[in-house]
Amino acid sequence: MAIESSSWAIRSAWLLAKDLKSEFRTRYALNAILMFALTTLAVVSFSLGASSLSPKMAASLFWLVIFFSSMSGLAQVFVKEEESRTVNLLRLVATPGIVLCGKFLYNLALLLILEIVVVPVFAVLVNVPILNLWLFLSVLLVGSLGLASATTIIAAIISRARVKGALFAVLSFPILLPLLIAAIDGTYLSLQGEGFSACWSDLRLLISYAVVMFTASLLLFDFVWSE
Amino acid sequence: MFWKLLLLVWMCGVIVAAFLLPPPQSQLGDVSRIFFFHVPVAWVAVLAFLTAFVYSIRYLRGKDLALDAKAAVASRLGLLFAILATITGSIFAKSSWGSYWNWDPRETSLFILLLIYGAYLVLRSAVEPEERRAALSSVYAILAFVTVPFLVFVVPRVYQSLHPTDSVIDQRFRFQMPPAILATFLASLLGFTSLYVWLFKLETRINTLSGELKEESV
Repeated sequence: MAIESSSWAIRSAWLLAKDLKSEFRTRYALNAILMFALTTLAVVSFSLGASSLSPKMAASLFWLVIFFSSMSGLAQVFVKEEESRTVNLLRLVATPGIVLCGKFLYNLALLLILEIVVVPVFAVLVNVPILNLWLFLSVLLVGSLGLASATTIIAAIISRARVKGALFAVLSFPILLPLLIAAIDGTYLSLQGEGFSACWSDLRLLISYAVVMFTASLLLFDFVWSE
Repeated sequence: MFWKLLLLVWMCGVIVAAFLLPPPQSQLGDVSRIFFFHVPVAWVAVLAFLTAFVYSIRYLRGKDLALDAKAAVASRLGLLFAILATITGSIFAKSSWGSYWNWDPRETSLFILLLIYGAYLVLRSAVEPEERRAALSSVYAILAFVTVPFLVFVVPRVYQSLHPTDSVIDQRFRFQMPPAILATFLASLLGFTSLYVWLFKLETRINTLSGELKEESV
């Protein structure tokens, strides 16, 4: 069992490496997400002008930027395979569980890269001081785990549908809503400079959301993936 | 046939009783009568969601397309009832809180239910082969259902402070319901639930019949 599970992790990591390699050849998804995020941030900052935001508004806008940027690019993880007609090959070389894990890791990696760019730009452009940086980063990280697992399974669903672009956001939003509400609340608390204890219920919710969503995807992915 | 007519008479009775039988509420007046329609309709909207969830699981286990068709019927009816519940709810909100929409916890949950139904039906219309459509929409229905406990937990906590009156009304109805109100409410609940069951059976029959017709013509 131990050997099996370690080879499982290694295979998922291989899939991640393969996806990252092919991504860095074209940089399509990454560029789309980053440009989308920068554009949205610029629009937010531009329309605000000199006026400053309240922490509540800043937290909401921050997660809006993250949500819509991920909507613009994270579906690529499966759509790309469908479009380049490599799905069947992937079905042959890897079991569904490994595919899901690999794709989840890849989406998580894209999200983390996005956040590394967005957070500093957001802090500079929107001009809201982040009073508790560690809490802010924790909420962001745990939120990204949930966001990545939900978007991965939904990307798998929509890659089999006829219309792909608009459907992704439509299907994702109701499922991501609890995550967004908790993440916005947690980010707001961190901007206010509250401690971990005040934010504990949000963090707990985000962690359990990520775990539940990932487990459910793992159980259901076989039905989406196999013909 | 008999049951259908009985349902007709029953629903008429419920409507008349809701307007005439219980005395008007002391604080809210006649507005409170919408409770007899709003709550059963909202209950049916949730019940339909549960039905769709159960049939989705059963489809994934048995791969019988009839089960998937039932899940689809349940969510179409659920959408209808969720819209009705939203409308009756906002009418009540307007007259008792002063605006049609306030993002109070119940309004928010109903709105999310509407979104889920909408997304589910859009997904169904976007997938062509029948088996694939059935599998994908079943998976989506289950995923959506899994997030509901989070909503139950997170929505009231975030929006709670806005509308404390919400729970007061409920408490009054729930814990101090006079017999006339209770009887009318239960009758209405039964009426709307049977209406849902009847519509569900009717739609399912239409589905199977049109499927048979298609096969015959081929």
